[in-house]
Amino acid sequence: MLTTALALTACSAPAPGDSTSSAGSLTVWVDADRAAVLKDAAAEFTKESGVEVKLVQKDFADIQEQFIAQVPTGKGPDITIGAHDWLGNFVTNGVVAPVELGDKASDFQDVAVTAMSFDGVTYGVPYSIENIAMLRNTALAPTAPTSYDDMIAMGKSAGTEFPFIVQVGPESDPYHLYPFQTSFGAPVFGTNADGSYNAGELTIGNAGGDQFATWLAQEGAVGNLNISLTGDLAKEKFNAGASPFFLTGPWNVADAQAAGIDVAVDPIPAPGPNAAQPFVGVQGFFVSAKSTNTLAASEFLTNYIATESVQTALYEVGKRAPALTASFEAASADPIIAGFGEVGATAVPMPNIPEMGSVWQFWGVTEAAIIGGQADPVGLWQKMAADVQGAI
Amino acid sequence: MSITTPRAPRLTRAPTAPSTSVRVLIVKIAALAIVDAISLYALFIVFAQRDWIVFAAIVVVTVIVNVVYFSKRFLPAKYLVPGVIFLVMFQVFIIGYTAYIAFTNYGTGHNSTREDATAALIGSSQERVEDSPAYGLTVVESLGTYSFLVTDPDGDVSIGNADNPLSPVDNATIEGKVAVGIPGYNTLNFSQIVAAQEAIAGLTVQISDDPNDGALRTPDGSSAFVYRSNLVYDEAAATMTNSTTGVVYSDTGVGAFTANNGEELLPGWKIEIGFDNFARAFGDESIRGPLFSVALWTFTFAFLSVATTFLLGLFLAVVFNDRRMRGRRVYRVMMILPYAFPAFLSALVWAGMLNRDFGFVNQVLFGGADIPWLTNEWLAKVSIILVNLWLGFPYMFLVCTGALQSIPDELQEAAVVDGATPWAVFRFIKMPLLLVSIAPLLISSFAFNFNNFNLIYMLTNGGPRDVSAGVNVGATDILISMVYKVAFVGAGRDYGLASAFSIIIFVLVGVIAAVSFRATKSLEELN
Repeated sequence: MLTTALALTACSAPAPGDSTSSAGSLTVWVDADRAAVLKDAAAEFTKESGVEVKLVQKDFADIQEQFIAQVPTGKGPDITIGAHDWLGNFVTNGVVAPVELGDKASDFQDVAVTAMSFDGVTYGVPYSIENIAMLRNTALAPTAPTSYDDMIAMGKSAGTEFPFIVQVGPESDPYHLYPFQTSFGAPVFGTNADGSYNAGELTIGNAGGDQFATWLAQEGAVGNLNISLTGDLAKEKFNAGASPFFLTGPWNVADAQAAGIDVAVDPIPAPGPNAAQPFVGVQGFFVSAKSTNTLAASEFLTNYIATESVQTALYEVGKRAPALTASFEAASADPIIAGFGEVGATAVPMPNIPEMGSVWQFWGVTEAAIIGGQADPVGLWQKMAADVQGAI
Repeated sequence: MSITTPRAPRLTRAPTAPSTSVRVLIVKIAALAIVDAISLYALFIVFAQRDWIVFAAIVVVTVIVNVVYFSKRFLPAKYLVPGVIFLVMFQVFIIGYTAYIAFTNYGTGHNSTREDATAALIGSSQERVEDSPAYGLTVVESLGTYSFLVTDPDGDVSIGNADNPLSPVDNATIEGKVAVGIPGYNTLNFSQIVAAQEAIAGLTVQISDDPNDGALRTPDGSSAFVYRSNLVYDEAAATMTNSTTGVVYSDTGVGAFTANNGEELLPGWKIEIGFDNFARAFGDESIRGPLFSVALWTFTFAFLSVATTFLLGLFLAVVFNDRRMRGRRVYRVMMILPYAFPAFLSALVWAGMLNRDFGFVNQVLFGGADIPWLTNEWLAKVSIILVNLWLGFPYMFLVCTGALQSIPDELQEAAVVDGATPWAVFRFIKMPLLLVSIAPLLISSFAFNFNNFNLIYMLTNGGPRDVSAGVNVGATDILISMVYKVAFVGAGRDYGLASAFSIIIFVLVGVIAAVSFRATKSLEELN
């Protein structure tokens, strides 16, 4: 009975849908580092489901533009790797399809799933989270600072060139300065009940923002913040032992260790009354809106990419904290990952709403002007808030 | 035999013809065979993708190539065809396509067709009903119709399909905690589901007779969730209705579903919008405001870049062309070095060297001074010209050296015999002869620097910016970098506007080049 039923389905099943050659193959865009790991997951998926997975290597920086340009032509991939802050752009262009994580959503860290959502709909399967924290050169500062002033005092008594280092650059670096900004209670946007950002509520210009602007001017004047200190220089100085503290991300840890520095990862000391919350960046996988293989794509993402073994393998090549809680806990045996993870737990996702683009173009240069001591800090900050509001 | 015999006389005649022509013919046939084989291969691929315009283009090009090279006529065409084909492919097509984009609203939120936009809107409006359970799913099939056999978390089993809402069943085969089969239906395994995934992914099964309760859909073929859509598409009226707020969005011809109050649903789609982009390029305050100062600086920058590099290059060429100079070869090689580095790498290195507090220039050359090379409005302009001088003089040095060496020595000797001073020799003999060959290069150098995006982007990124001005344009932005910022920095990409600007710049540079070339022609006639 069963065999006849199977034989019957085998004959009849392909008839209704006009699925000829399109079924049975998934195209996945992936960056070079991730490709090796996905190869194994893909091979396993092919073995169990019979669906072939074609991995196409792309330069990570080019993926956003290419995905938006190619999906409408029907020649884009079924799945692409990407960063969560591209999502607003993807949704506005209609190039991504929602992904249902179902009950698996609770297996991921909350911030990762929130970051992969837009307007209450989840569009991506996250694999890693990344945020900045305070790196400490343990030879110059044996204990973690208790406050911002404490850190500056420790830095001064260490007798190094800088009390602490953060990259700023001629157009400033709002991403790296954001934890200080949030400590004054001035996030960029207000948040909805579900944790997503509300573009209608621009909070950057509130009273906390003014205090932050004043603080920027003051720190710029005493030289703790310097617009000449670009990312390259900041890293070079810290690795040369020119400061006990360096506000940066996990991407600079390996080089610091290679330079012979024993680093510890601390929470970011807050100069203002509130907690210093950095932005979190989440990487993950998105499904194309024009994919004709949506079921296979979802199956691959939710039942293969979202497994502990793949997430752990992805962590091992990139050393970015895994988004899956189980893998994250395993990776936390490494004190560096645990340190960044502790800061990340209190952090906020970088806004993925398209309005954020209007913020960036005014934000950095205004900070740079304030740090550089041009004009009245509060006036410049308010001017920026008005310009951003105008651009939105 | 009967075939070979008539050929024999022709074969015997062959040696009388020059053997080279046979060889040329063979090479020609072989080359054309390769071209045709590649075309044929491309045709198969394009045919499979049903891209008829490209298909037709390949056919036309292949036919032209074959006709031109097999025919005994069209001798000039034999030389021109390859160049013309590449010209059309890589220049004319791109300019034409850019011009077309300039008349569309192509950009963020408008990058595809209305069908795609509608599908994307419907897709993203499916929201999972809050706190609804996840159902275990088995896809079953009967008489070509797919149905969902679902098991809710309590273990109750129901079945339903596109036409029939869920109804409970009690005769299903249970495996583990999930129903895996039911008499009268065939259970699909994963590969069968994958084979029919478009139909199954599109299947919605209402959970009750009331559509507002939501419908089951499956994202992966093994589980189902309850979704409710908050956008309803009316195909006949081509309108989108938000079922929660009741707002109706209709196609008002702006490339997006638009509500009465002007609110647009994005994604929209690409439409042709006539001269709107050009109107914005001149009408939008954020663009019109800085346009004049940016255009002025662009001309100044391009002119000074050409003038300084030419003068320095010429001076060095004259110096190193003097036979009395020792070690000329070594110097020449050193002069060419800046030309050998990639320009944008050099620009980055210079940006580091000109850093106010940590840069080599201030720290070492000026003994720790705080000169804001790149952060002061005027010094940044000077720095850009200086760095471009460093980058550009080797090219001018090379071409001037070449041109000087092609001027016959007799002319100089004759002038010297006539009692001319060295300055007069240079001014009245070398310079005019030099300009004949160098002037066109100066024009192309001007056009290149007019659009020298790399240098500006890498060295200052257009900065420093006057933050109180409220526009995203800095003191050293040239037209092309301003276009980049207007079109690509900020909330979205605006390819339409960027293309319109490109066309405007193209026309500007084209006019300048045409006028200058005319002037050079009169220069030629002088001699």
